[in-house]
Amino acid sequence: MGYPILEREQLNPTVIRLRIAAPLVAGRAQAGQFVILRANAASERIPLTIADHDGETVDVIFQTVGASTMALAEKNAGEEIHDIAGPLGRPTALDGLRKVAVVGGGVGCAIALPVAKALRARGADVTSVIGFRSRESVILEKLFSACSNRLFLTTDDGSAGEKGNVCLPLGRLLEAETFDAVFVVGPLVMMKYAAETTRPYGVKTVASMNPIMIDGTGMCGCCRIRVGGEVKFACVDGPDFDAHLVDFDDAMRRLKTYAAFEAAMREKHCNLYRSGN
Amino acid sequence: MADPRKNKYPMPMQDAASRITNFSEVALGYDAETAMREASRCLGCKARPCTAGCPVGVKIPDFVKQVAAGDFGAAYRIVCADNALPAVCGRVCPQERQCEAGCVRGKSGEPVAIGQLERFVADHAERTAPRERRSGRRVAVVGSGPAGLACAGELVARGYAVTVFEALHALGGVLAYGIPSFRLPKEIVEREVAALEASGVTFVKNAIVGRSVTVDGLKAEGFEAVFLGTGAGLPIFLGIPGESAVGVFSANEYLTRINLMGAGRGESETPIFRADRVAVVGGGNVAMDAARCARRMGAEVTVVYRRSEEELPARREEVQHAKEEGIAFRFLANPVEVLTEDGQAAGLLCAEMRLGEPDASGRRAPIETDGRFVIPADCVIMALGTSPNPLLSMETEGLATDRRGRIQADEAGRTSLEGVFAGGDAVTGSATVILAMGAGKRAAAAIDESLRAKGESRGHAQS
Repeated sequence: MGYPILEREQLNPTVIRLRIAAPLVAGRAQAGQFVILRANAASERIPLTIADHDGETVDVIFQTVGASTMALAEKNAGEEIHDIAGPLGRPTALDGLRKVAVVGGGVGCAIALPVAKALRARGADVTSVIGFRSRESVILEKLFSACSNRLFLTTDDGSAGEKGNVCLPLGRLLEAETFDAVFVVGPLVMMKYAAETTRPYGVKTVASMNPIMIDGTGMCGCCRIRVGGEVKFACVDGPDFDAHLVDFDDAMRRLKTYAAFEAAMREKHCNLYRSGN
Repeated sequence: MADPRKNKYPMPMQDAASRITNFSEVALGYDAETAMREASRCLGCKARPCTAGCPVGVKIPDFVKQVAAGDFGAAYRIVCADNALPAVCGRVCPQERQCEAGCVRGKSGEPVAIGQLERFVADHAERTAPRERRSGRRVAVVGSGPAGLACAGELVARGYAVTVFEALHALGGVLAYGIPSFRLPKEIVEREVAALEASGVTFVKNAIVGRSVTVDGLKAEGFEAVFLGTGAGLPIFLGIPGESAVGVFSANEYLTRINLMGAGRGESETPIFRADRVAVVGGGNVAMDAARCARRMGAEVTVVYRRSEEELPARREEVQHAKEEGIAFRFLANPVEVLTEDGQAAGLLCAEMRLGEPDASGRRAPIETDGRFVIPADCVIMALGTSPNPLLSMETEGLATDRRGRIQADEAGRTSLEGVFAGGDAVTGSATVILAMGAGKRAAAAIDESLRAKGESRGHAQS
């Protein structure tokens, strides 16, 4: 009695979108919220942001980085995932925002997209800035284009869009115009530099944090991060926080807690996968 | 004629050297003959101090008498009339402060081993299939921990159609994620849940009330009353420097990884932090559980407690088992900083404490001295208690909470909202399995009373 996968789409060589039948999650989902899911009975509980939803289904977009996401990646449409629970976290605060820059890095664009869409649906002026490593890793470009007044694309190697990272167009935009808010989501280091880019302009900047979690419901305290010198829990206080107050260095350190274990599991999983073929 | 033996018949145990290498149950349980002998130590006294000491009022002398006579089925039915989870309570209740505290046999020698007998009965009695009973009147129970299960059990026995909503992927709440299998095997929890299911309780996993569905939503779906047994919430930290270092965990997280997710064993893909030296801060049952889990993960473990051994709030048996397993205790020590190297925990800097006058809890208050010392540790586990789960009260308009975030409820479990009841840790803050069960049971009675007063069902469809 798992949860059926209705669609599976490979967005780039390592990023996959799954559409999962999960009415209990979908019914009340809003932009910025996430699910906790487990691929199989022995899998970890992992948090993934809800990339899209209708009344009965939710979409999740993830990158294969460890054993748990690899196991998830091996699932095809028609198969089931073992568990999914949500929607978790506070929805992104959108009220009163008329002109917003939405900044996404890599697979973080999957989290930025529903925010851009929700803002656009409310009639806000949306400028999206999305950054990737190279042309082949670009995802969701068309969908961003459809819900943005303007779209800026960057790649590290310049193989698509502007060469460089998202901070370049973001800096130029802030120099020329005034925004009500900037929403950033992506790798911690990218969010850290995006926050530094916006700081001199005093523009409200929100980062969506994605630390290690287990229960996701405010029980275990695993997802604690430091914000303005205080301990906050991403699962119930977030995942959105004031990017100018988040201690990104602390978050980066904590994200590596299980680096050794994860490397070993990845190795084991790859070997299993290879020998199984 | 009562057995004159002064002490309890000893409980067979896994020896300490082998048990620190596994997660199998430490106490192995009485056989039938020993149980009957131990039961015959009961004097059957009129005063029944044991029953008075039991938060759910189990008729202890009556069931013990049946054990002595060898009628375990009768004993089981007597226990179950008051206790929805006897196999659990027999294992995890602090009997020395409850039923066994007042036992007359304890005045000269040891009290009757009531906990062990309850466990024996629950494990060995042949269970007759419960009669499935459900009326059209639906009650929702939020949380499948001890409070929720006790409430559900009592409600279904009173003829209600009960649905239990659980946020996690496994049932049992703290019985599943918190208490380790060497103290409470997971099969025991599964069996108790299965018994409730057989009697007509419906369980829905992965359902987060407050998020997936709201309390108002449940009412709109036709649930005439809602019981909130959401349990423990965010872990408390000390707020000392270094606490966000890699290697510092709450006991909730550490235990959830091991107990709920099976981390460190078998095929589980959930990581556990491997450490050589672990310091566990706190002196309750949760601290003992975390320390003994860390020991089984291969670490040298020190429990750090700010008062003295006498004030340890943990069950006596857990402390004794921990000591047998080679866990060190450092009393009168209060952590003031987690020392770090490259962002990783490296040690715990502690202040020497001394005991002053009794405080509000009746225990002598620890007072900081100038003395400082370091406990080397590459992992620090904080077992300092929890604040109630914030999620549900955050999302339920009109549900009154106190300044510490605990749901306000009266003795019967009535909250500020009509038709909404609450009990367990969500109301009291960190307490015990049995106190939560008592609260769940009382709330069930209050729900029954309130729905009877409201009159017949408004005709909602049965599910």
